Amino acid sequence: MTFMGYVRPDGKVGARNLVGVIPSVVCANDVAQAICRQVQGTVGLFHHQGCCQLPPDLDRVTDTLIGLGCSPNLGAVLVVSLGCEGTDHQRLVETIAKTGKPVEIIHIQELGGTSKAIQAGIDIAQKLMIKISSLHREPVDISRVVMAIKCGASDATSGMASNCVIGYLSDKLVDLGATVVFGETTEFIGAEHILARRGATPEVGEKILEIVNRMERRAESLGCDMRKGQPTPGNIAGGLSSIEEKSLGAIVKSGSRPIQGVLEYTEMVTDHKGLWIKDTPGREPEILTGMACSGAQLMVFSTGRGAPQGFPCMPVIKICGNPVTYEHMKNDMDINAGLIITGEKSIEEVGEEAFEKLLRVLNGEMTKNEAIQYFSSIDIHTLGPVI
Amino acid sequence: MSLKLALKIHDSDNVATIFANDIKSGMQVEVRDKKGNAEIITVADDIPYGHKVAIADIGINEQIIKYGEEIGIATKEIKKGNHVHVHNLDSMRGRGDLKGGV
Repeated sequence: MTFMGYVRPDGKVGARNLVGVIPSVVCANDVAQAICRQVQGTVGLFHHQGCCQLPPDLDRVTDTLIGLGCSPNLGAVLVVSLGCEGTDHQRLVETIAKTGKPVEIIHIQELGGTSKAIQAGIDIAQKLMIKISSLHREPVDISRVVMAIKCGASDATSGMASNCVIGYLSDKLVDLGATVVFGETTEFIGAEHILARRGATPEVGEKILEIVNRMERRAESLGCDMRKGQPTPGNIAGGLSSIEEKSLGAIVKSGSRPIQGVLEYTEMVTDHKGLWIKDTPGREPEILTGMACSGAQLMVFSTGRGAPQGFPCMPVIKICGNPVTYEHMKNDMDINAGLIITGEKSIEEVGEEAFEKLLRVLNGEMTKNEAIQYFSSIDIHTLGPVI
Repeated sequence: MSLKLALKIHDSDNVATIFANDIKSGMQVEVRDKKGNAEIITVADDIPYGHKVAIADIGINEQIIKYGEEIGIATKEIKKGNHVHVHNLDSMRGRGDLKGGV
């Protein structure tokens, strides 16, 4: 089975062919936005990090931006630097350049300020866009797919319909030799014993328990009940009473295949095949960023209450498990898994429908959030204080 | 959707999830499991769409089971037909309030 993708110089395969405009620090967002407004085919990877943070977090920000820049959906990259930030923009540019794709950088302070940097950035982005616009798609094996999965704005239908559909997709992709990555470590709490049993080796099982402990300790460190933070007020209104209940519904989306290992937040998928965990929180901006940083060409995202988010360089397919929400928010939802709840379709039937959509999206068809550029769900998960 | 339906996921579950709107105290719902077994129960509270109904009596401090796993403990006596949610179910995880922080 094949799809039509952009084969990059490093052998990775993209489902999109975009110029990524990456601010190396929050202070460069305005210039990067102005460049993106002017040049067709650009996407801005705006975030709020990159300075006045402790060294481990600055490394984490640089590494995440490297992962985003290496995304196979980007054919070229323009880094926008202020000039005095804490991230290592030199290493950022050099590491992305190793993929063989064109990478350029501008420094706002060096160029003489905002308007001059915008002009220089537009000229460079225009040149990069023209350069990559002649690249074409070619048939590649489905095993080259890296699919990220997530659930958000969940309700009681998620664990019984939409996550079951993603579980079906996950098993199918793993069996076809592809890579599937799931995260949301917070939403393993109460279900970690089930995931640990699915570890490909005892060490993987132990690692799963370790990252859940780490996340739970972080949540407990403020001395309060986690409930309302997780599950969220929306989850609770939707009928989910505890993190344990939310987690047991959330892990359904990982299907049933063995878990090969745990990726750290900034880690990229290289020769990892099969089902993997990435250690991320559950909130959309941080997990979508972490997943795009893995090199995922696309994400499949399940919801019950109605989550509209997308990501600039990773199409996000929405699967809605609640039949009422689907009808109410049709413009944000790609697949109706609510028909499982009403008994009109089986998990397999909706699963095959979602798989067909996934193939079409890999080949270039847009998702609902992609077409309307619902792209603000981006930020980097840091651990320490802003100082 | 005139059928008042609730779904039980696992054999050992003591709650089922209601997938019907406007369920009021005294109404009957049909609780189905994955094997096609069905049981009619009378609900004892108003229960919103997607929320849980007890399908067995659950004593105080006893485990509440869904997906065949513990999702919390009962903070009150729960009778078959009662709404089960944050008012009578306590989570046992992420409880910095019980541990006093670090």
